Amino acid sequence: MGLEIAFWILAILAVVAALAVVLLRDIFRAALSLVLCFLTVAGIYVILSADFLAAAQVLIYVGAISVLIILAIMLTREVQQGSPSNKLRIPAFIVAVLFLGVVSFAMVKTPWQVSTALPVEPTTAALAAKLFGENGFILPVEIAAVLLLAAILGAITLVREK
Amino acid sequence: MSVGLEHYLILSAILFSIGLYGALVKRSAIVILMSIEIMLAAVSIAMVAFSRYIVPSLLTGQVFVIFIMVVAAAEVAVGLAIIIAIYRSRETIDSTDVNLMKW
Repeated sequence: MGLEIAFWILAILAVVAALAVVLLRDIFRAALSLVLCFLTVAGIYVILSADFLAAAQVLIYVGAISVLIILAIMLTREVQQGSPSNKLRIPAFIVAVLFLGVVSFAMVKTPWQVSTALPVEPTTAALAAKLFGENGFILPVEIAAVLLLAAILGAITLVREK
Repeated sequence: MSVGLEHYLILSAILFSIGLYGALVKRSAIVILMSIEIMLAAVSIAMVAFSRYIVPSLLTGQVFVIFIMVVAAAEVAVGLAIIIAIYRSRETIDSTDVNLMKW
């Protein structure tokens, strides 16, 4: 019962925060709503018994990415101009609603084979075995390391003063 | 009514649609990037929900979410660097004004 209440509170908070990101005029407040949205997603990971992912979500998104975004807002003086929309507001709204309808229909109508087994808890050791163990994801992990290195080098090269 | 897989999937679809709307409509490049982050978070929720309800002992969906986080971090770093570089040279990050490569 507690999980249900937690899910509904977190789901409503996440949707309201995401709407605030899209609809608020003040771009700085939109960034703060984005932080709230990330936090509620971390809570949803907790009630899905993904404890390691919830911690990683708080560390990476709430901690690092939101600071980067707020820093970029400060550097570009966008706060005064607000967050205006372009001319495509009504077509984009129709596209988003159509997408939501089609995807919801497909998700509700598909007969998912839900397993009744209990989830693994805690997940950290199991995830490590999955990532680095035998028949695991060791090659994607190494590719991800190369990707991060390339991203860091690209970011440094792009913002460096000439 | 107990909360099942469909509830998480519908929540993820709603968040994805909100992010899609924001990415299509907004003119500020930073807000577009924030909308894309919302879309990535929505997909991550769907992945974790599938991992929890379809294959609870395998954790494959959670591994995918870790890779989504890695790619999102790289994307934000490079994206914000590009935005700052554009702002330095053109004094604006309005995506309708940056149309140098538009035919």
